[in-house]
Amino acid sequence: MEWRRKHVLGLADFSAEEIEFVIDTARSMEDVLTRDIKKVPALRGKTVVNLFFEASTRTRTSFEIAGKRLSADVVNFSSAVSSVAKGETLLDTAKNINAMMPSIIVMRHPASGAAQFLSRYVSCSVINAGDGSNEHPTQGLLDLYAIIKSKNKVKGLKVAIIGDILHSRVARSNLHSLGRMGADLWLCGPGTLVPKEMGRSGATVTNDIREAVRDADVVMMLRIQLERQKTAYFPSLREYARNYGLDSEVFSLARNDAIIMHPGPINRGVELSDELADSSHSIILNQVESGVAIRMALLYLLAGGHNAAR
Amino acid sequence: MLLVKGGRVIDPGSGRDEVGNVVIADGKVADFLPGGESPGTFDGTVIDARGKWVLPGLIDMHVHLRDPGFEWKEDIRSGTEAAAAGGFTSVVCMANTSPVNDHPEVTRYIREKAASAGKANVFPVAALTRGQNGKEMTDFSELFEAGAIAFSDDGSPVRSALVLRRALEYAKAFDFLILEHAEDHELSGEGAANEGWTAHRLGIPGIPSAAEEIAIARDILLARFTGGRIHIQHISTKMGVDLLRMAKRAGIRVTGETAPHYFTLTDAAIDGYNTYAKMNPPLRGEEDRMAILEGIVDGTIDAIASDHAPHDEYTKRCEFVAASNGIIGLETALPLSMALLAGGKVTPARLVDLLSAIPARILGLKGKGTLCKGADGDVTIVDPEVEWEFRESDVRSKSRNSPFFGWKMRGRAVAVLCRGHVTHSLMKEVTPDA
Repeated sequence: MEWRRKHVLGLADFSAEEIEFVIDTARSMEDVLTRDIKKVPALRGKTVVNLFFEASTRTRTSFEIAGKRLSADVVNFSSAVSSVAKGETLLDTAKNINAMMPSIIVMRHPASGAAQFLSRYVSCSVINAGDGSNEHPTQGLLDLYAIIKSKNKVKGLKVAIIGDILHSRVARSNLHSLGRMGADLWLCGPGTLVPKEMGRSGATVTNDIREAVRDADVVMMLRIQLERQKTAYFPSLREYARNYGLDSEVFSLARNDAIIMHPGPINRGVELSDELADSSHSIILNQVESGVAIRMALLYLLAGGHNAAR
Repeated sequence: MLLVKGGRVIDPGSGRDEVGNVVIADGKVADFLPGGESPGTFDGTVIDARGKWVLPGLIDMHVHLRDPGFEWKEDIRSGTEAAAAGGFTSVVCMANTSPVNDHPEVTRYIREKAASAGKANVFPVAALTRGQNGKEMTDFSELFEAGAIAFSDDGSPVRSALVLRRALEYAKAFDFLILEHAEDHELSGEGAANEGWTAHRLGIPGIPSAAEEIAIARDILLARFTGGRIHIQHISTKMGVDLLRMAKRAGIRVTGETAPHYFTLTDAAIDGYNTYAKMNPPLRGEEDRMAILEGIVDGTIDAIASDHAPHDEYTKRCEFVAASNGIIGLETALPLSMALLAGGKVTPARLVDLLSAIPARILGLKGKGTLCKGADGDVTIVDPEVEWEFRESDVRSKSRNSPFFGWKMRGRAVAVLCRGHVTHSLMKEVTPDA
């Protein structure tokens, strides 16, 4: 297929064909990563700006490594300033960065819709590295890729996503990526963090972790944001762990060959027991590895690498 | 002297819906001459209203003129120009200005500026509490003497049930009216859109309908308990309408308004993070929209008001959660309300009730909301058939925050008289007064 996208803002409007195409491209990128010299000149002379308005280590590093492996010049611009706070508006920041003529802006922002907003006012490509509770498309793609590498398929697999669904951009992007590829999706968490309307996404919604995990092929645990405790979505971390934490006992309900995923960083002992996090079922580090390949693939595609090569 | 000739005069106040002639003299309605008969010679301006509707001047009982304090968004002149262009002869402006209209000096400033620069009658609403802090009542009677016609902390609710109880009890002795922005602030929290599938899909924090409904229930119960009079502003939810209906049946002194966007749009309009569809209360679901329509048809809802809320471009051109709440509405309220006529369930006379007669009655505006002899010479002449497109370049307001640009409208105010002066005209032969 021909790649026509200028931006990657979310997976909501990605077709199955496009998703497969990104995965295929990521596979060839992974070949690069196995070489001795892990660098190709595909993005030489291109500038990638990592524009991060929210703290992030792994996603930013992953994008930075991906860019550098493709020989792009990568610039990091971090600002902890929330969009709502007084100061330069996102629009002004965007215009300023745009005036420096980057090829691609990778943005993380606390407001849902921020990436879509940015893309309307800049002339370069935009990759959404997480916008509020909306989407985290590279995570949705890398999770899909990691599952494919482990299971050789996605269609028909029971995937349970467990935790704070309400605020999770990872869950929303995974609903699109895994849903589009035919997974049997389950969403689970306390009633306060799993809106009943989420059933309209096509996933099965439950508040019972056992029901979600039973016969699952993939169990994806989401990070509980400790700072959300101030608005008391659940009584205590202890109570949360008791009802929605994954331990060996609950996990034993899943298929024998089930895998455990987590977008990181893990709160060990809260949503995921120490033991399981390091078990052979865990593919958490494969997810991280897949992330670099997926991000290389997207940078490459957006920079026109694919079409130029044709 | 002015003669509005040969139009269909729809005036529920006098029970009139017939073709005739309205004579205006000295800023008042001087006479009504029915049918085709009209003075052979008339010493004054003649407006040919044949094929048009002649209505008592429309009253928008909920606008934000942003003056004093936010004059770059709107001021009394631009706001009343927008009102006139939209067919309104009177507007009721909320107190969340800067300074807040909690002092007679601010009320007088608004009245005086409106008298000299306004294109419509401006009736200020004073704050219910000082600085809209929700704690201490303002000086109701002094504000009333300065020209305030009602009391409200609109923009935010009166959070304390105790403060609202006291206000209702105190106001009762003077028969002052309290207008209430019904919202449980804690429940709406950091929400930015109706809590429902659209907001969940977009990852936008939700405002549950219960935040409005609980507050409406509270307000009704306090009105019942105190015997005070309360008017619920901008009702957006199904249960809000149901509660109002129930309260009226129980004989509680409560009235309510909605805004055109609540019966025209649903929260689907925020898709794509459209900040021009962001307001508070937020656009709700289809079930709510249908219930609002039902409330309009069966008389539960007393009035349609625009909640005209001008905002400058940069506070809308930003992330959805950070964007200001509100849309302009003075220039679209009438045509959007006229769309209700299409189903046949709302009659033109009922529309006049909703947009003029009942607001005048609720607010106690003497001489307004009717064209009976001796009433003020406030007249809105409407072409019910004209089709037009609402364009950004048409806007008279200083702000441009509307989700309705590009909409095809049917029906429009073609001439407006305010106390006998022409404040707006799209008719060739009628020139607006300076």
